[in-house]
Formats: sequence, structure tokens, C-alpha cells
Amino acid sequence: MNVEPSVRVEDKLYYNRYLVDVGRPHVTVRAHTTPSPQLLALLKACPARCYELNDNGQVEITVDGCIECGTCRVIAEPTGDIKWSHPRGGYGVLFKFG
Amino acid sequence: MIEERFDAIVVGAGMAGNAAALTMAKHGMNVLQLERGEYSGSKNVQGAILYADMMEKLIPEFREEAPLERHLVEQRFWMMDDRSHVGMHYRSDDFNEERPNRYTIIRAQFDKWFSSKVREAGATVLCETTVTELVRDHHERIVGVRTDRRDGEIHADVVVLAEGVNGLLGTRAGLRPRPTPDNVALAVKEMHFLPRETIEARFNLKGDEGVVIEAAGTISRGMTGMGFIYANKECISLGIGCLVADFQRTGQTPYGMLDHFKQHPSVAPLIAGSEVKEYAAHLIPEGGYKAIPQLYGDGWVVVGDAAQLNNAIHREGSNLAMTSGRIAAEAIAQVKSRREPMTAKNLLLYKEMLDESFVIKDLKKYKDMPTLMHTHSQNFFLTYPQLISKALQNFVRVDGTPKVEKEKATLKSFVKARSWTGLFGDACRFARAWR
Repeated sequence: MNVEPSVRVEDKLYYNRYLVDVGRPHVTVRAHTTPSPQLLALLKACPARCYELNDNGQVEITVDGCIECGTCRVIAEPTGDIKWSHPRGGYGVLFKFG
Repeated sequence: MIEERFDAIVVGAGMAGNAAALTMAKHGMNVLQLERGEYSGSKNVQGAILYADMMEKLIPEFREEAPLERHLVEQRFWMMDDRSHVGMHYRSDDFNEERPNRYTIIRAQFDKWFSSKVREAGATVLCETTVTELVRDHHERIVGVRTDRRDGEIHADVVVLAEGVNGLLGTRAGLRPRPTPDNVALAVKEMHFLPRETIEARFNLKGDEGVVIEAAGTISRGMTGMGFIYANKECISLGIGCLVADFQRTGQTPYGMLDHFKQHPSVAPLIAGSEVKEYAAHLIPEGGYKAIPQLYGDGWVVVGDAAQLNNAIHREGSNLAMTSGRIAAEAIAQVKSRREPMTAKNLLLYKEMLDESFVIKDLKKYKDMPTLMHTHSQNFFLTYPQLISKALQNFVRVDGTPKVEKEKATLKSFVKARSWTGLFGDACRFARAWR
């Protein structure tokens, strides 16, 4: 049974509270022409679906919905594909329940 | 911002950090705790179960004050295939005791309260402050931290790294390796709200009684993973986690797996009609004993998830966190009371004390389990759950087939799937890793 297509992550993220640090993303993707296998893995593995493929076939990140789990760091930081930090103090996801 | 010098700086306000800050403050030390969230708890994610014994050692009267959800009277283990579950339930009225043993909690709320106790004990707690770097002297000793606040360099005799599973400071400073995809699991979780009476009816509970369900099987689609369902007072925490290496390898999505788990015929009725109010994700250290890094050095110690202190088999983490935080703090207080410097040689005391505690003893017991579960995940999380489900269905379904033939069919299905050597090998491997 494959249910993925019906799952809308955006709807899940809508429940959460965020304080977005506009213009200062805490995770960035290194410029590339062809994405590495690690970057491609993030398209599926990121639980907030922050990583998307653009029209040129490159992986892009939008950190606004990031829930700061660190999965992308574990997968793609060792290869230098991404730069990963914590958001500045007070910014990012603000869990009500956690 | 802060001109002062501290006896100790604690980075992070989770279970380990709060336990460390509280204990050192109670010993009369001048403690600064730094937390990047807007309040202590706002970045913390857990199932969550609180273990009373370890909490009592920190705050004996916590039951009267802390925001607790339900005390657990029942534990259910479910082995699931796509349409069924084989369950082992343990419920006892013994757990309805004066000082209950385990509680469900909501971490953001509990940690906020825990932090208030840290402040009461005299520690300075500074939130909305991300520590960006450790500061070293010319002997390479850790002597403080740099933060993202202006003029944010602060000095202390010792830094307690309670920075969680994603702790950047320790890895950036080369004190320990970054977690690898095969020693951390990614768990995703939703909070499902329902009227209190509905939860009590669906889970067969009265008053503040609670229940947890731990589930494994085909829900993780052959990956090393677990699902969980915890009953709180007015909500249900429901989630599922798998090794990051498995997500990477298979291309399964965490939210797809979560929704699949929610739609399972054994799960869906429990959460029917609920209102979801939060979606969270978190990494869980799963590497066990063999993944524990160097725990101390000149001017620093590492505690909790940052030190990979998590018992994946028993699903215990927060108690190992708070115990390691407390023990590190006690070791530091001892060194300080002897008026000795916070060198690696003196802070070895922390490791020695931790080795003597249940934290390291338990992790040592299961040191081979993570590898076994990972390398044989197809068998333990897919093949066996399916076989056992079929065997039990065969056992309970009455259809005129003679029992002897039923038993033969069941045995045949096991041998066909795993072969005699495979079955024997799996049993031996499991027994050896458990021992």
C-alpha cells in the first residue's frame, strides 16, 4: 500500500509555530550542477520536505518549515553538500508540546 | 553582556542540561545555563515517558509540582503486519501506587517547570542564546563559550555539553565525531487531541492511569524501526522512527510512514476524530555502547544524547540523560570541593562514576544489539512479524483443517522463509546479543 502521494507535509507543518529569521537561513546547500546522491536522498528523508528539486534539476532548500531534527546534517554535511547550523537564539521552530 | 566568570557553563536545557545545572547549583556553584529556544523546553522533543526514580534523585517532591500527564499502569508490545498485530500486554494494579514508577509527560511543559527549579536553585538561565563555539586557551583547554549575542564570549572553569543529539560544539571542536546515519534514528511524531473521556474509554483507563504501546513490524517496511502510541490526559502522542541510514537507502518518507502507521486497522480507531496540534521530528541515538564518544577532557564533559547515551532496546533515553547530567555535576562538584583544576585527569571521575551506574551497565549489556537489528532488519522487522501473524491466525481461525495439518503448515512457512539454519542462527544471534 503506497500512501505517500496523499500525504501533504505542508498541512502537518501548518500546526507548528515558527519564528522565521528572514534572510538568514541556518542551513544552506552548496552550489552544484548535478546533485550528489546525498542531496537527492534529502528530497525524501527530510521530514519537513524542506528540500525540493528546481527546474534545472538542482536541489534547493527552504528552511522556513524546518523542524530542526538534524537528519540532513547526518546525511549530507560530511560530503560538504550542505552547511548546517542551529538557528540564531530564539528563532526557528517553537514547540508547544515537543 | 555578562562580564562575570562562572564556575560552570551548561550548554542546553534538556533533561541532561537541567539535571547538571540543578545539581551544580545545589552544590553552591556559580552556574550559567545557555539555551537557544525562547524558553527551556521549546526545542525539546520526546515521546515522552518520565522515569520517576531518576527524577526523584534530582527533585524528590516532583510529583506534587511537575506537570505530569498519566502514570503508566499498562505496557503493550505489538508486533505488526499490514492488517494485524500480535500483542503482549502487561497491566498491573501494582502500578497504581503512591509513588508511581513511570509517567507520560509533555516535554515542552515539563521542561519549562524543570527549568524553574534550576533557577530556584540559583543557576542563571539565559534563553534565546545559541552557543556558536567553544573557547580554548593556548594549552588547548576549553575555557568558555562564544554565543550569537554581541560580545558573547563567556568564561568558566568547566563547560558541560548537554547540547543534544545534534550538538555542534563538540563535533566542531573535534571532541567527538558527528553521528553517522547508521547510529541515529529519525522519529516523527504528532500530537492528537481528544476529550479526556474518549481517551480513557479507548484505552481502558480510569482517572490518571496511562498506557503506552510500542509497535514494531511491517510498519517500518523492513527497516530498523519502531512505532509508539502514548496516552496523555487529553492527547495521544503517536510517532514512528527508523534509522537514518535506512531512510537514505530506501527512499521511504518519514511522513509517509507515519500516515501509514496511523491508517493501520489496529491504530486508526484509537485516534479517530482527533485534532492534530503539532508535528515534530527528532533524532534518537541508536548506536549504543559502541557509539559512546570520549566523555571528558580538559575543561569539558559531555552528557545525555550528545554522548549517545540512549538505550534503544528499552526505549530509555531521558533517564540516562538526567542521570549522566547529575553524575557529571557531582563529579565536577567533588573536583571543585578539593580545590583542584578541571583537567581531564580530574574529570575522569565523571566517567568512573558513570561506569558504575546503570547507564553504562545497561548499554554494555546490549552492546551487540544495534548491529544485529540493523544488519538483520529484514528478518526482525518484516519476515518474522508476518510469519508470526500468519501462525496465530492459523491457530485461532476455525475452518475444519485438522490441527496437526495446521501446525505442519505453520512450521513449513517458517522453514521456507528462513530455513532451519537461518532460524537457528537468528535465535542464537538474538540470544547472544540480549545476554
